[in-house]
Amino acid sequence: MLHIINKSPFENHTLDSCLRVALNEPGAALLLTEDAVYAASKGNVIESKIVDALGKVKVYALWPDIEARGMQDRVIEGIKMVDYGGFVDLVAEHSNCQSWL
Amino acid sequence: MTESTGGIDFEDEDASGVIKKFMFVNRKAPYGTIYALESLEVVLISAAFDQDVSLAFLDDGVYQIVKGQHTKAIAMKNFSPTYRALEGYDIEKLYVEKESLDQRGLTEDDLLVDVQVMSSAEMAKMMSEQDVVISF
Amino acid sequence: MASVELNGKTYETDEEGYLVNLGEWDEGIAAYLAEQEKVDMTESHWEVVNFLREYYNDYQIAPAIRVLTKAIGKKLGAEKGNSKYLYELFPYGPAKQACKIAGLPKPTGCI
Repeated sequence: MLHIINKSPFENHTLDSCLRVALNEPGAALLLTEDAVYAASKGNVIESKIVDALGKVKVYALWPDIEARGMQDRVIEGIKMVDYGGFVDLVAEHSNCQSWL
Repeated sequence: MTESTGGIDFEDEDASGVIKKFMFVNRKAPYGTIYALESLEVVLISAAFDQDVSLAFLDDGVYQIVKGQHTKAIAMKNFSPTYRALEGYDIEKLYVEKESLDQRGLTEDDLLVDVQVMSSAEMAKMMSEQDVVISF
Repeated sequence: MASVELNGKTYETDEEGYLVNLGEWDEGIAAYLAEQEKVDMTESHWEVVNFLREYYNDYQIAPAIRVLTKAIGKKLGAEKGNSKYLYELFPYGPAKQACKIAGLPKPTGCI
């Protein structure tokens, strides 16, 4: 399953809940969009959660949202960047997806 | 393509009779926002389409089905009894994540409907088996 | 917002004639609403109306027609638990007409 998150990890606990579930699932992928891309940046209290997740599932971030927020030089290594076309490909590649609110 | 896209397939004109697995994921407390009530309405309508419908309760969503809700004084409709009507709508798959209950100091006995309590890992498996997952 | 004056009482209704405040319901307004719907209330009609009120009281929703027929069959007997029986009583849609007479809100996704 492709798990999509769009809210900042500093605003709510959706990322925690998503990871709690998704990290159990082989083949799961996480896509960070909109304000959730702050979770893709280094040097903050969330970083270790993402680094841990990278060892278990694939993590993607939407490049236009990264760039819009000035996070392009801080992206955690191992996170793959996708553009809008790549977003569509991810949705199509996975058997199902969930947009976490 | 029906099974691979995971979405609702509008292109398949001969889709009548195809039963898909729909899961509604509830993660919000009942009265602070409209999500819980909206989800419940969508669930009730979905019952008319003879699909394989299940509900998952995670995080604050578990508060939707705790016993003893009395909303008179906040002047809002108490829709918690409606979860007990789901059985009559042939919606009998209610899944609750154990971790969410534990975090909140709740147990299965605190809930007003019969549910299947499961771990995060089991929940992940349930979710991955769905055709469509709609999150509230 | 419309209203109905009956025996010195005022009942608020919406633009389709459904009672706004469930708590205001009584048999007088039920009889009036039935008349508006051109339904001649017999014991069988009251049975269904009272069943709907009980259902609403238990679950806080008006049941979908499929759910209503099943539940009525269980409670009042199989010969009454089918849409033919209910449509004979309420020809313009049991959920719609019977719910209105019972003072319930219009059911979600009903006919």
